[in-house]
Amino acid sequence: MAIEARPPPAQIGAKLRRALGGRSGWKGLIAQLLFVAVLCWIGYAIVDNARDNLANQRIASGFGFMSQTAGFGVSQTLIPYSESDSYTRVFLVGLVNTLVVSVIGIVFATLIGFLVALGRLSPNWLISRIAGGYVELIRNLPLLFQILFWYLAVLGALPGPRQSVTLFDSFFLSNRGIVVPRPVGEAGLDGFLVAVLIAVIAAIVLPIVARRRLFQTGKPMTVWPWIVGLLIGLPLVAVLIFGKPFGFEIPVLKGFNFAGGSRIAPEFVALTLALSTYTAAFIAEIVRAGILSVHKGQMEAGASLGLSRGATLRLVVIPQAMRVILPPLTNQYLNLTKNSSLAVAIGYPDLFSVFAGTTLSQTGQAIEVIAITMGVYLLISLVTSALMSLYSWRINRSMGG
Amino acid sequence: MKRVSLIAAAAVAACVTAQTAGAQTLKTVKDRGMLSCGVSQGLPGFSAPDDKGNWTGLDVDVCRGIAAAIFDDPSKVKFVPLSAKDRFTALQSGEIDVLSRNTTWTLSRDTSLGVNFAGVSYYDGQGFLVKKALKVNSALELNSASICVQTGTTNEQNVADYFKGNNMKYEVIAFANADEAIKAYESGRCDVFTSDVSQLYAQRLKLTTPADHVVLPEVISKEPLGPLVRHGDDQWFDVVKWTLFAMINAEELGVTQSNVAEMAKSDKPELKRVFGTDGNLGEQLGLTKDWVARIVKATGNYGESFERNVGAGSKLEIARGLNKLWNKGGIMYAPPIR
Repeated sequence: MAIEARPPPAQIGAKLRRALGGRSGWKGLIAQLLFVAVLCWIGYAIVDNARDNLANQRIASGFGFMSQTAGFGVSQTLIPYSESDSYTRVFLVGLVNTLVVSVIGIVFATLIGFLVALGRLSPNWLISRIAGGYVELIRNLPLLFQILFWYLAVLGALPGPRQSVTLFDSFFLSNRGIVVPRPVGEAGLDGFLVAVLIAVIAAIVLPIVARRRLFQTGKPMTVWPWIVGLLIGLPLVAVLIFGKPFGFEIPVLKGFNFAGGSRIAPEFVALTLALSTYTAAFIAEIVRAGILSVHKGQMEAGASLGLSRGATLRLVVIPQAMRVILPPLTNQYLNLTKNSSLAVAIGYPDLFSVFAGTTLSQTGQAIEVIAITMGVYLLISLVTSALMSLYSWRINRSMGG
Repeated sequence: MKRVSLIAAAAVAACVTAQTAGAQTLKTVKDRGMLSCGVSQGLPGFSAPDDKGNWTGLDVDVCRGIAAAIFDDPSKVKFVPLSAKDRFTALQSGEIDVLSRNTTWTLSRDTSLGVNFAGVSYYDGQGFLVKKALKVNSALELNSASICVQTGTTNEQNVADYFKGNNMKYEVIAFANADEAIKAYESGRCDVFTSDVSQLYAQRLKLTTPADHVVLPEVISKEPLGPLVRHGDDQWFDVVKWTLFAMINAEELGVTQSNVAEMAKSDKPELKRVFGTDGNLGEQLGLTKDWVARIVKATGNYGESFERNVGAGSKLEIARGLNKLWNKGGIMYAPPIR
């Protein structure tokens, strides 16, 4: 076999020319540089012109407003906030609210979506029809309509706080939301938390150890009784040693609303329900398509190995389906996050409502506020995308794909 | 909502880049043959379409007055319904020529939004609407209440000031438009609906049983409402300002929609100036000599417009109160036409 001479490595200049100038060489490179320069100039001209004209029309510009006092109340704040805080704080409050509703929505949408997909593929006639009906009903109604339905028709129909549905006089359900007792830390809290932490770490590490042992020695090791024992036993021991970790602040009706306790607002519940059930319908179809894309021989192979239907799905089919499922699933996650801005219709104080809504109209600085808001949604979406890509890359690698 | 704001912001960016300061709005309007007027999305008495789709209301009459002064035709107005949140952007971007949408005149709006308030067409204040069944007699009894409000209004900040000032707790739920806020209030999500008092009366009409709801006596803020224009076009600013003043002066002079033709023939020096039979005041504004007659013929004087839209002649039945003329016990006052 003759050894062929490899072509000499291209010089740096030539490489650069090929990369930037394409086939037309240096001429192409110059044309592209000119194009980029023109783009930059147009961008600069727009910004500069806008700044001049804003100044001429005496419209405030710049980001100085971010440190001014907001002066309005927000109904759901997961980080400390008062009316005398700045617009920056309002921005953070809104951002946290958006993230919370998105993350919880994504988790629920995924769970419901997978369940509905499996239901739709189930050999049981009734279950598959119910799942099919769910998908067709939910995905064909406008999301805004569904949000308003949950908010006004379902939660709005609950009784007022004075007539609320109650459980043990500590849990209350009314049109003001769900009010539950709030845990308040007491003396034994630190020891208790350490014990829980140790138990959780053990619960994560033990199965890994067991799995490694199984692969190395072929001996299965039963760990779950240990884990359960640790998770219950350790905190229990901590309570016995350090004393009561926390008490409960019981909510009481005082004036118009409940005082004390923790409250989940109806706006949040309605939005989460609507977003997760709506997105779940799309996810269900994606998962179903993914599962159907795996050759049915895989299912039969699993069955002939003596695996149950559930085990075959879990161990054989779904891991292969994931490769098909992930890209469109990412799209649904992004859609859910962006759709959360419909919160403005029911008064849930998400980023769009408190920042691109109230802040914008109070400061009047539309360009800055909208630019920041767009940047944030873009960033959230890109991060979600990146995480999903990472997951997808790991799956492909583990499957040798 | 989202798309509207984005488009509006893009429009601001685009127009701001294209437009030079001090644009000739009056000329633009004349060339276009149509006035573009920003109004509310439906607030009975101030700006709302009637059952035939014609816009009516006190704020609408200001726009019709401007159109009448320019074209001698009050129908040459294109009404653009705007949410509280989007209204300023629409004006800044040039989508509308004048914003007449129950908008409160405040210092920060006057200075940082690039707008000028042309006057006050209604002296209002913020109040609270509650269910009679709650048996609340004063706003000071509202500690711990849930309050529905429309976002993008001065109401949001006033309510924060008031409750903080009186050491009371509250929960505020802000909705993108007034209809959603009043719906949530009616469903029981909130104990209180807060807005300018005039709006409380107007919104109350939308409830299933208006009589079950009561407006509390406290007025917690000053809300002078009036039309506004873009900053930097003094001529247009004058046209809008003096249209409103003409309506108020007409009432003071006793000029009404029905007697305007006779009054125009009057020999009184004051009326001769107003109707342009003496001097050229209208032309100095960039309008015609008979501008006041055109306005009053189209909309009536301020008092007539008030009674027809929000006063005794309307469903709202709001008392004139502060909005009476200065010489009748109110504070409605316009500089003289001379």
